[in-house]
Amino acid sequence: MHRFLLAVLRRDLTLAARRRGDWLIAQFFFVMVASLFPLGVGPEPEMLARIGPGVLWVAATLASLLSLSRLFADDHHDGSLEHMVLSPEPTVLLVLGKSLAHWLIYGIPLLLIAPVLGIQFNLSWEAIWVLEISLLLGTPILSLLGGVGAALTLGLRGGGVLLTLLILPLYVPALIFGAGAVDGVMAGTGAEAHLSLLGAFLVLSLMIAPWIAAAALRVSLE
Amino acid sequence: MNLYTYASPANFYVLAGKLIPWFAWGTGIFTVWGLYISFFLAPTDFQQSEAYRIIFIHVPAAWMSMFIYLVMAFWGAIGLAFNTRLSFMMARALAPTGAIFTFIALWTGAWWGKPMWGAWWVWDARLTSELILLFLYVGIIALWAAIDDIRRGDRAGSLLTLIGAINVPIIYFSVKWWNTLHQGASVSLTKAPSMAATMLQGMLVMAIAAWLYTITVALIRVRRIILERERQTEWVKALLEKET
Amino acid sequence: MSDPSLSVHDLACARGDRLLFKGMNFTLNAGALLLVQGGNGQGKTSLLRLLTGLSSPEEGEVRWRGQPIRKQREAYHAEMIYLGHANGVKDDLNPVENLRFADGLQGRVFDAARGVATLEQLGLSRCLDLPCRVLSFGQRRRVALAALLLAGATLWILDEPLTGLDVHAVALMEGLIRDHLKGGGMVVATTHQALNLEGVTVQRLLVGNVAIPELA
Repeated sequence: MHRFLLAVLRRDLTLAARRRGDWLIAQFFFVMVASLFPLGVGPEPEMLARIGPGVLWVAATLASLLSLSRLFADDHHDGSLEHMVLSPEPTVLLVLGKSLAHWLIYGIPLLLIAPVLGIQFNLSWEAIWVLEISLLLGTPILSLLGGVGAALTLGLRGGGVLLTLLILPLYVPALIFGAGAVDGVMAGTGAEAHLSLLGAFLVLSLMIAPWIAAAALRVSLE
Repeated sequence: MNLYTYASPANFYVLAGKLIPWFAWGTGIFTVWGLYISFFLAPTDFQQSEAYRIIFIHVPAAWMSMFIYLVMAFWGAIGLAFNTRLSFMMARALAPTGAIFTFIALWTGAWWGKPMWGAWWVWDARLTSELILLFLYVGIIALWAAIDDIRRGDRAGSLLTLIGAINVPIIYFSVKWWNTLHQGASVSLTKAPSMAATMLQGMLVMAIAAWLYTITVALIRVRRIILERERQTEWVKALLEKET
Repeated sequence: MSDPSLSVHDLACARGDRLLFKGMNFTLNAGALLLVQGGNGQGKTSLLRLLTGLSSPEEGEVRWRGQPIRKQREAYHAEMIYLGHANGVKDDLNPVENLRFADGLQGRVFDAARGVATLEQLGLSRCLDLPCRVLSFGQRRRVALAALLLAGATLWILDEPLTGLDVHAVALMEGLIRDHLKGGGMVVATTHQALNLEGVTVQRLLVGNVAIPELA
């Protein structure tokens, strides 16, 4: 069981390392979306600090959706997805491994870039610190719930846009708790409550999303 | 003859055909009665004057929009668990009505908001949740539209409804939480001050009308879906020959 | 555990509105080859996918060792391997890495020496460290066949295994199938090409609107 999970992880990480171009696009997308906002609303530092947490969180969800449409699509295209589903291990484990790999490949870099963007948005160090924790708890949720969408839209025409339509509403709680935590620390009301709720949502997503995604994957492969 | 007989699409088609007129008449009677109470019997509200009367449409629509989503999730779960074709058809037949009620709830909310809050749209917790519910409905309908294969579409749509249904309470809670932190609108649409007995009565009658309407159109739609899906079967061919 | 056998009982399969076949019955025992034949779009691939458990039948069931496969999915998949139209070979990995991951996904530890030997046996000795992207279609098919051999499964389900292979590779494939059957394995395959399979028990199954199982 562990060997299977590790094999899936190692495989996806190796493949991502071989295709660094795709990986860089997702990171630049995050930077670009966030950088467009000051151009749209003006450069006043107070306002940027006010909207910063929300903007960075929205940009993170969009960046994760961009890469999620290919979570299963590439493997589906070359037939290796069928081989993986037909392995003697449960499909849930496969989905979990692929979501985890997605988080390591696309979620962790967001954590590394976010402080730089935080400085651009005039956030205090304390706020940036909470932003990091909220992204650490929140980005796995994006990968887990996104896995459900990727499995449901597998092989459909316009799958990427459809995925966005299906999954964005489900991201709402993560967005609210995540951006709210940073807002809370900036307003002086504290971030603990938000972060606890975000953590609870992560645990719930971890318990439910892989099962639904595995079922969806089997439905889509029929 | 037992309940299971009606789980077969062929039998349900006939049963639904017999039931539709009853529900349709019920819808008409309750709608007229409800509107009469709402517009003539219910007293003018001393705070909100006549504009409050829109709650007689808004509140039942909002109730139905959420309730229909749960019913769809229920049928989807039954379909996934027991592989019953009719359950999936029911889920599909309900979705457009649910989306329409959600839209009506939002629209009437805006109409009510203009005189009350002075703005067409306020990021009030209920309205915001309702908006996200509309997104969920649109997502499910779009997913069904994108999948040509009936079997795959049924199952994929049900799985999405299910994860949505698990998520709906969390979304509602998070939006409410978000709203209290940002000091949103405090005048609630459903807590009309000093709700008179006639107001409550009007709202209930309108809610029953909305129920009956939902059942009527869902039955009509499910009959169409049955015909479309079973067009290769003998009983549909025989039916078509009889009618032409 | 009972002897390996694959059987289908009153199997029916529909694609959308169209009923591809129904009432299909057959049993395949150790050492036998089932050759699935029929025109394009008659349901050969659909039948194979039913046999793997990727899709579920409209009616009837598929049994492995006498038990329905849906009740023993994991045990069945440990003994079965499927090779479809797509090879399941990752373009960005070289053949050895592909085998390593194929093995990992089966939950086994990869034996590099054995993997390389298998690739060499299949005539890929000069491509061992090239990414599969630069290999020809036939060569990638051979990588997939190497994974098939290494899996050590009892039951092979092969969808058009000869497509894109040259004369030598076809002869090699025939040899592999013969060896596998002699060792007590089982093969279900679809093919448009003639196979030279002397000394092998071949059952033929015609898939059409009405299935007529013919035993050869």
